[in-house]
Amino acid sequence: MDMKRSLTSARIQELIGENLLRLVSFATVLPVLAIIVYIVIKGAPAISWEFLTSMPRDGMREGGILPAIVGTFYLTLGTAVFSVPLGIAAAIYIAEYAPDNFWTRLIRIAIINLAGIPSVVYGLFGLGLFVLFLRFGTSILAASLTLSIMTLPVIISTAEEALRSVPQAFRTVSIGLGATRWQTVWRIVLPQALPGIVTGVILGLERAAGETAPILFTGAAFFLPRLPQSPLDATMALPYHIFVISTQVPGMPVKIQYGTVLVLLVFVLGMNLIATLIRQRARARRMW
Amino acid sequence: MDKIVIENFSIRYSDGVESLRNISLSIPANAVTVLFGPAGGGKSTLLRAINRLNDLADVKETSGRILFNGQNILDPKVDVVELRRKIGMVFSRPVVLPMSIYQNVSYPLELMGEKRKSRLDEAVEKALKRAVLWDEVYDRLHDPATAISGGQQQRLCLARVFALEPEVIMLDEPTSALDPVSTARIEGLMHEIKEEFTIVWVPHNVQQAARMADYAAFFLQGELIEYAEGKKLFVNPKDQRTSDYVTGRFG
Ligand SMILES: Nc1ncnc2c1ncn2[C@@H]1O[C@H](COP(=O)(O)OP(=O)(O)OP(=O)(O)O)[C@@H](O)[C@H]1O
Ligand SMILES: [Mg+2]
Repeated sequence: MDMKRSLTSARIQELIGENLLRLVSFATVLPVLAIIVYIVIKGAPAISWEFLTSMPRDGMREGGILPAIVGTFYLTLGTAVFSVPLGIAAAIYIAEYAPDNFWTRLIRIAIINLAGIPSVVYGLFGLGLFVLFLRFGTSILAASLTLSIMTLPVIISTAEEALRSVPQAFRTVSIGLGATRWQTVWRIVLPQALPGIVTGVILGLERAAGETAPILFTGAAFFLPRLPQSPLDATMALPYHIFVISTQVPGMPVKIQYGTVLVLLVFVLGMNLIATLIRQRARARRMW
Repeated sequence: MDKIVIENFSIRYSDGVESLRNISLSIPANAVTVLFGPAGGGKSTLLRAINRLNDLADVKETSGRILFNGQNILDPKVDVVELRRKIGMVFSRPVVLPMSIYQNVSYPLELMGEKRKSRLDEAVEKALKRAVLWDEVYDRLHDPATAISGGQQQRLCLARVFALEPEVIMLDEPTSALDPVSTARIEGLMHEIKEEFTIVWVPHNVQQAARMADYAAFFLQGELIEYAEGKKLFVNPKDQRTSDYVTGRFG
């Protein structure tokens, strides 16, 4: 009798709990969906072959946004070139090699805190170090390096997390079979951690692709009616272009603003899609 | 012939407690030497010292010597990779690596740089046959190793060790997670091949210790209490504590 009652009340709790959680998750997804739908509706009419593949004309009020698309592509690629190998290497060192002492802990705390620094601070740092001190000028190189420094903490901490989640027993067994530490990392740990690492990399690069502040002083051009020819050229970029056409150009057609936002959105979501595909492939091959 | 000679060996983890105190013990070749005793006695610690797996643990200090083929393996200059290839180890829970059955066995060979497919095929088949697993898996070598039963996984771990063609095989409670049938298989298997190897076995109970032991060493709280031929030690223990443990009065 007593037991029955507690059973039903547990069931009611379960019911309320489940539906509450469903409601909350729906409520968080809703605004994101609303934003995406709004942007697609407002931006889609602007999208055309010409919009994607031609230079801006008439003070950017006409024509396309090709230089901004190409610029963001280069900047993201440049950021990846610097931050991905460096970030993964650092994560491997911290997770697999570094002794667990005061200094290692200090470095880990520093990395976690670096991820929280406002992006404009990275922008100023990049201006000081890369643009002025190292004389890279306002360039794709300087902007990529600045974005890399901003992206590194994200990549390092997620990759480290992914490496640490690989069961310790695999390492013991591998070493016990005469593997060196490096063989163990390369053949066992890294493949297992790959999905997590990819997630971290994409998260970091997505942020880099969408940021304005770090490239504002280091590589972004207001208006450049040609494609960048070398890493030392400045470049247009989607996020800064959106800022410019939304605030700096009078008489700007709203359609073009939303069209540009839509392109940036597709760019970032495309990266997400790639990450998901890589994760799924890795998971399908995973054997434990 | 003594394969492994342990002289006045002590080890202390960083928590400060001496997990083994002044152990001296000679492990003969071509026989099964059993290390047994209650939990926390230091049996696993000794195994991990012999193949230097303790390098991965938080060890504060060691003293004494462990001679393997006459060489002190505690010497920092020892090539640990070489050592671990000669002293294979099987753990209590079967830990298969996250790859196929085939790759689990070929892994230690690939580590040594063997790339020729025919050689690997040959070695994998030989090792799996040695571990009496071939007949059960030959038609699904490329399935994930996790897809076979626990008992089969433990024999796969053995096959992996056989592939190394080691001189010594150490087994740390290898059957503690297995059913009686799988246990009997592994015991029988090791019994059959002991003439070719040096086998160091930490059993998971006294019965298994008595069944397997050519030589037996009784460990209690970091000390080696008694070491003798299995027949003598289990039938006629000299130390009261050994006697109590063997007859089930404590532990
Ligand atoms: N990695 C480690 N770090 C610190 N202390 C350890 C470590 N491994 C073992 N010890 C300690 O050393 C002592 C011996 O442990 P060990 O695992 O060798 O015993 P055992 O005889 O194998 O016991 P069991 O039968 O439970 O496996 C224990 O007191 C244990 O707490
Ligand atoms: Mg143990």
